[in-house]
Amino acid sequence: MTGPPDDCLARNEWICGAYLSTRRHILLDAVLQHLQLTGLSVLIGLAVAVPLAVLARRWKGAAGPVLAVTTVLYTIPSLAMFSLLLPLYGLSATLVVAGLVLYSLTLLVRNILAGLRAVPEETRQAALGMGYGPARLLLTVELPLALPAAMAGLRIATVSAVSLVTIGAIVGFGGLGNLIYAGMNTYFKAQVLTASVLCVVIAVAADLLLLGLQRLLTPWTRTART
Amino acid sequence: MSTVTDAWAWLTDPAHWAGDDGIAHRLLQHLALTVVCLAVSCLIALPVALVLGHLGKGGALAVNISNVGRAVPTFAVLVLLLLTPVGRWGEGPTVVALVLFAVPPLLTNAYVGMRGVDRDVVQAARGMGMIGRQLLFRVELPLALPMVLTGVRIAAVQLVATATIAALAGGGGLGRIITAGFNLASTPQVVAGAVLVAVFALAVEAVFVAVERLAPARARGDGR
Repeated sequence: MTGPPDDCLARNEWICGAYLSTRRHILLDAVLQHLQLTGLSVLIGLAVAVPLAVLARRWKGAAGPVLAVTTVLYTIPSLAMFSLLLPLYGLSATLVVAGLVLYSLTLLVRNILAGLRAVPEETRQAALGMGYGPARLLLTVELPLALPAAMAGLRIATVSAVSLVTIGAIVGFGGLGNLIYAGMNTYFKAQVLTASVLCVVIAVAADLLLLGLQRLLTPWTRTART
Repeated sequence: MSTVTDAWAWLTDPAHWAGDDGIAHRLLQHLALTVVCLAVSCLIALPVALVLGHLGKGGALAVNISNVGRAVPTFAVLVLLLLTPVGRWGEGPTVVALVLFAVPPLLTNAYVGMRGVDRDVVQAARGMGMIGRQLLFRVELPLALPMVLTGVRIAAVQLVATATIAALAGGGGLGRIITAGFNLASTPQVVAGAVLVAVFALAVEAVFVAVERLAPARARGDGR
């Protein structure tokens, strides 16, 4: 007669190689869901934030309300945000994405607007003097100059989104958060630690990736410094 | 629209306000957690930030700790703490997690505020014969106060949010109304709880904005 296997899973240790090898597919699925939820919400947030920021820059009257609404949205805790969206979207991945879009939007609008406002007036005047129209001024002068500030906002928004996806576990769509939630209920230490560490790894990797992208997109900021 | 009326009906039912699971008790719990943990976090973070800022040392740590705090999911920290020996001690994981997430914004803002003090002013104070401690309390701290207060406000809002998430890991506070609503599959209760949390968070933000408005012009940073 053989007893239960005496491995790290049976002893419920924090760090467990057997967990990694036996639950590889579960972990991979959770990471993929985590990446999808994060990526989708940040991209939608970006698509909405750019026009909003440009609008707030063009019409001074719009800046106040836009910033006020984003501040209020950002103050609402994530669990409450997801819960407020429950009647609209039900228990779905859409609910998590919608909540995350609202948070990314807030961070992105503020940073893009700050970037647009920091474009020197002389630069704008010079472009106008060279015969640039409003559209060309925006696309070839103002937006490129606002890029470093916008990218800083994008990095913060992405890192925050990676961390906030875990709260989606409350509706069953939390990527690695689902594993943390399940691990909490079953007291499964290896699962909670592995999923938590993977969350941080994803956040750091995404941040470094965007930093690299920023370097590629704004070569002039580097030549100016050296 | 029926969800809104249902949530309103849930909120205004006196039965939901009384008892250990009632709104009144949860509200008090949430408030107590926020206030106590804010005080503890300030006691830990502010002296460190002020001394580091005064000496001009440890800047990389003080600034980067906020970025680290953002990358670590609150929920993960709460569950990890719950599974450690701290978890056996009632609200232990909640309190530790709350303090952990409130310290970074306090530290970063206070440090940046201290370093942002005009170096010429510091030099002038030194020239007048002020020693380190006088310089810190009578020159640097008053001038850095607006940034320190901003840090306290960000930390307070962060505390309210973290205390809500603590409900997912069995902690007390208003978040419990939401998680209980999910367990009962009661959308009105979930929405009612979310409204309470949102109003609470906005009220905390409003209190700090009011304090900043009422503070002497010197502390606001615009009336120099």
